[in-house]
Amino acid sequence: MSELERKQDGAPVPADWTYASAPESRDIVQIAERYGHFVGGEWLEPTETYETIAPRDEEPLAAVGQGTEADVGKAAAAARAAYADGWSSLPGSERAKYLFRIARLLQERAREFAVLESLNGGKPIKESRDVDVPLAAAHFFYYAGWADKLEYAFPNRRPRPVGVAGQIIPWNFPLLMLAWKVAPALACGNTVVLKPAETTPLSALLFADVLRQAELPPGVVNIVTGDGRTGAAIVESEDVDKIAFTGSTEVGKEIQRRLAGTGKRLTLELGGKAANIVFDDAALDQAVEGIVNGIYFNQGHVCCAGSRLFVQESIYEPLVAKLERRLSTLRVGDPLDKNTDVGAINSAAQLEKIRELVASGVEEGAQIYQPPCVLPEKGYWFVPTVFTNVAQSYRIAQEEIFGPVLSVLTFRTPEEALEKANNTPYGLSAGVWTEKGSRILWMAQRLRAGVVWANTYNRFDPSSPFGGYKESGFGREGGLHGLGPYLEFDE
Amino acid sequence: MSRLPVKKTYKLFIGGAFPRSESGRTYDAEGQNVARASRKDVRDAVRVARDAHSGWAAATAYNRGQVLYRVAEMVEARAAEFAELSSGRDEVERSIDRIVWYAGWADKLPQVLGGSNPVAGPYFNFTVPEPTGVVAVLAPDEPPLLGLVTRLLPPLVGGNAVVAVASETRPLAAIELAEALATSDVPGGVVNLLTGQHAELAPVLAAHMDVNAIDLCGADGDGPELERIAADNVKRVVHGRADVQSPWEIASFLELKTVWHPMGQ
Repeated sequence: MSELERKQDGAPVPADWTYASAPESRDIVQIAERYGHFVGGEWLEPTETYETIAPRDEEPLAAVGQGTEADVGKAAAAARAAYADGWSSLPGSERAKYLFRIARLLQERAREFAVLESLNGGKPIKESRDVDVPLAAAHFFYYAGWADKLEYAFPNRRPRPVGVAGQIIPWNFPLLMLAWKVAPALACGNTVVLKPAETTPLSALLFADVLRQAELPPGVVNIVTGDGRTGAAIVESEDVDKIAFTGSTEVGKEIQRRLAGTGKRLTLELGGKAANIVFDDAALDQAVEGIVNGIYFNQGHVCCAGSRLFVQESIYEPLVAKLERRLSTLRVGDPLDKNTDVGAINSAAQLEKIRELVASGVEEGAQIYQPPCVLPEKGYWFVPTVFTNVAQSYRIAQEEIFGPVLSVLTFRTPEEALEKANNTPYGLSAGVWTEKGSRILWMAQRLRAGVVWANTYNRFDPSSPFGGYKESGFGREGGLHGLGPYLEFDE
Repeated sequence: MSRLPVKKTYKLFIGGAFPRSESGRTYDAEGQNVARASRKDVRDAVRVARDAHSGWAAATAYNRGQVLYRVAEMVEARAAEFAELSSGRDEVERSIDRIVWYAGWADKLPQVLGGSNPVAGPYFNFTVPEPTGVVAVLAPDEPPLLGLVTRLLPPLVGGNAVVAVASETRPLAAIELAEALATSDVPGGVVNLLTGQHAELAPVLAAHMDVNAIDLCGADGDGPELERIAADNVKRVVHGRADVQSPWEIASFLELKTVWHPMGQ
């Protein structure tokens, strides 16, 4: 025994090894008591409001507008007017400078946005601070650079804007999804009517203040808050030329149906049930980190979450043991605590859905593992969960749970892994873990998914196209390919 | 004594073979008895297209290009017949040249439509186009040969398998084209051509859960309804034009896949 070890041996062991809390101050962000809709550069008084809350403790944060058909009509008319009134004919280099300003302002006010995002959405501050907000700024910066270079992206095609884009975004990455939608739309010369998700409107409303600071012409971006009825009004609006939707496959199909025969353009980024496939030669500890990141990142509220884990049989037991041990070190709790790994579930409705699907997993015969975990009394919480002994036919292996719930299945050969991985109506993403390069490329070529992460998971970048195969939607966001949906061409 | 010519029976083209409709029905078009495909014929065609798709998608781009070039050779060899079944020699020549033009795209698409992406961090990341899968094509009535060639080649060169419904009123050029395909090197099932009534066949294709994309070029008033039912499995809906030639036509039937890998020692 070394001297150091002797010292440690004799040292008193703290009874409680939990982290001291390290809360981020919420005072950095001012939340108004009441918000209207941001239309034509001004706040439009809503006819009806609802309360938006903090999912960590159900604290009411603000009253926000429930957008009506009339509100959407005004927003679309403002967008149409701004489009005709100069935005669409503004030189790309000038549009670019507005976008650069927005990117810079998002960087300037990053902490404010991060706190608000975690407060209103429930995601850990670590993630909103290090992922959501910096990536949102990066998207504006990236697309700013395209605004005056569109002829080089699409040579001989004379690109021109589509018109007014109606954009409906989800609650899992509120600001980031706003950036994915708004940045390319503006870069291409379109104007926007944006609806943030019902449960997470606040970062979009704060973004309106960034637009004011950037001196973006009124009506170029309009923000109408509300639930699905507001979204439906955007889809139906005659002033809207293009719909971009991110959300559930069910709603995506309904939008596609409603747009049939209208000639409106459409892109859909929908659900997923991604396979994360671990071969027996993978670096196991790295794979475990990737699996955890794949499914517990953002409480599993991720359309590309690696929710189906396929493990090669020969490493099944050691891998599951490592995974369960790693799970017991995840810190579940206050989203504003800088130590938190897994935050609050976004809403009561989502929590109910997760509970229902997890109950079905137990009922159908899967083995459930949940680490010991003390959850706060108030708010919406769900313990990170692993299901083993899962059959392909179980609902937890088929349906998108959109929560911190992993289903573990096994395979013997690469062919079997592929067959099982592709056996889903979805096709958004997939993961492959192996040290064998040729196998990575073999798998990557055959996986029917828009994004394949090999020996990593949940990586995003503005220059990298993202989007699904099959019922995970169509169209791409990010990269040069993310411009196409916002342009018309002469040909 | 003049010789009695051998008359052709106009049949369907499914899985590389020429079956009659399983329903036993025919209809009259251009003065001939033409097979009138049933809903079951559509489902059979989609099934063989799905089976054929993986091999065609996995073929090397160079190989796909050569196979399609061979189709042009076969059409050229039957130019006189095609001229009689279309608007004439000019339409046939344009069709042949269009096939050759698309054949040459097979091994160039990934460089035009994809590439590597300059992502932050120690990752290598690239995007490649891939076929969407099984594509349904409703061929336009006019021009009878060039219209079908225009809609058929883009999904085909991208590696998709196709189930096409020929023009209801002008199907003979399509059947002739099926014969040219059968004598070229296109694997059986990669192209399937059905004749019959659009109103009966198109909704089956639009609703089919194993069809990934549908080209409504030849849809008439039922376009919006077909588009609506195509949403059941989030089909890619294409409103193709009867006479257009562009690599972006191919892109309509492609998916983009992005692959990430860390870089390290």
